[in-house]
Amino acid sequence: MGSTLAEKILSRNSGSAVRAGDIAVVPVDLAFVQDTTGPLTVRQFQASGLKRLANPKRTVLFLDHAAPSPRSEHSNDHLLMRRFAEEQGCLIFDVGDGVCHQIVAERLANPGEVIVGADSHSVTAGALGAFATGMGSTDVAIAMGLGKTWLRVPETMRILTTGKFPTGVFVKDLILHLIGKIGADGATYKSLEFGGDVVDGMGMPDRLTIANMAVEAGAKVGLFPSDRITESFLKKHGRGDKYIPLQPDQGATCETTIEVDVSKLEPTVSRPHTVDNVALARELKGTKIQQVFIGTCTNGRIEDLEVAAAILKGKERNSRTRLLIAPASRQVYLDAIEKGYIQTLVKAGALILPPGCAACLGLHQGILADGESCLSTANRNFKGRMGNTQSFIYLASPATAAASALAGEIVDPREVM
Amino acid sequence: MLRGKAFKFGDDISTDLIVPGRLAHLRSNLPELAKHVLEDADPKFASKVKPGDFVVAGKNFGLGSSREHAPLVIKMAGVSAVLAKSAARIFFRNAINQGLPVLICDTDKISDGDELEVDLGAGVIKDLTNGAVLTSGRIPEVMLRILESGGLIPYVQRYGDIKL
Ligand code: SF4
Repeated sequence: MGSTLAEKILSRNSGSAVRAGDIAVVPVDLAFVQDTTGPLTVRQFQASGLKRLANPKRTVLFLDHAAPSPRSEHSNDHLLMRRFAEEQGCLIFDVGDGVCHQIVAERLANPGEVIVGADSHSVTAGALGAFATGMGSTDVAIAMGLGKTWLRVPETMRILTTGKFPTGVFVKDLILHLIGKIGADGATYKSLEFGGDVVDGMGMPDRLTIANMAVEAGAKVGLFPSDRITESFLKKHGRGDKYIPLQPDQGATCETTIEVDVSKLEPTVSRPHTVDNVALARELKGTKIQQVFIGTCTNGRIEDLEVAAAILKGKERNSRTRLLIAPASRQVYLDAIEKGYIQTLVKAGALILPPGCAACLGLHQGILADGESCLSTANRNFKGRMGNTQSFIYLASPATAAASALAGEIVDPREVM
Repeated sequence: MLRGKAFKFGDDISTDLIVPGRLAHLRSNLPELAKHVLEDADPKFASKVKPGDFVVAGKNFGLGSSREHAPLVIKMAGVSAVLAKSAARIFFRNAINQGLPVLICDTDKISDGDELEVDLGAGVIKDLTNGAVLTSGRIPEVMLRILESGGLIPYVQRYGDIKL
């Protein structure tokens, strides 16, 4: 009997052959927290009586959500985390370094590993073939102290992709379409495993965008195979030695298989207030947008800024639409400066925010007014998510976002591409 | 045996509705944060709920962020258990880690304000107002033991390890 990717990785790490439904205790290869979950993790770690981190070199604290701190309470939380890092000798990425998931992908995650993060989008590292999942502060505190955690081996929902993306249609449209199809709880507790021709040729940035949003369908992990694309990504980031190939077995038991022909997709948008409330961009034409936000762990990478810059080059944003852009990491920011994208974007009227979560979660930098709408490249549009329950959030690809910033309303990006 | 009143919520109550991101600065000040529990779903909830009462919701309760402050403030409000048609994965695990039971059952049979009696061990929920009797599914053994210990921290203090 063949194994799914989830079964393979968890069998490998638990030291016994496990199947969906089994409970496994596994060593944790990487544990991390961010600045809104980290302070509770630190306190729970201290309360547990565990004195030292099991693996300080693979324990990471990120200051990215309130970066830089907008108020003293966050500053004090940051101080608590910096002190903990110093005392325990673990890694810390400070204000301005970028969003945790981007840095985990750039520098830390490897195929076959078990990764736990106190952030729901920790699933992002599934793009590299790591069993990466989000947990709460206490679970991560214990994983940091004991160096292990328990996991129920998830059932698998396999997503088989075929076809070729039409111009103006991107992987963000694919994942929004998929979540619209299966629902915001369509994959609860499951492993979403992506395969098929499209995935075989898909670059790592696109894989990261898709894996990132697996949790928006309720999934425990969003897994990609580890293949030549993974290998070249690891090499590029100086850790080619960490590559191992990983593919699901032919005869693996999947609970369901869903086929998506990407040739049939069109630019897609999630409407307020749930991610699965999808429509086509062209169906929403005329929806006025007061703010466009391009960034986050979903779509704040260099490839995303490239798409936005190409659309905005030599043009100017609509005067009634603010345009906020946050590179996902310091590295992305530097690359964007080098390639000239930042200049293009600023000339088009963009405000560049510091690398980090920025406007994504409503605690600073870009909170909407009552009745305002934002078109964002983030992953989540829940009521109140961007700091005001009286505002509206639409989610789309960087191309749709950039095109809509020009129009001042939601448009199909193919109109301007 | 737990006994209290049902506070009914709809489907897809996100962690943003339970403890919004805009109050993230209160996360190191839990008593203050707890005053806002479920505020964006029902602004009056915090002032009405009494120790022992139940949060009763539709499907996918607690979806979204991994913030453990969500079950934490629900517990601090005195809620003895959450009943839902389904719960988001991270919320479910966080609630157990905080010693807050989550029972998955057909909550359509329960109305807002009903008096409930819950037998946690047996997983049986009685609606004393309308006479309905519901059962909830089993949870993994390790979770039962965490719940019995009062949460993950007391569990680890007791066993010193994760035991299956
Ligand atoms: S960018 Fe948004 S979704 Fe990503 S980690 Fe930050 S707050 Fe969470």
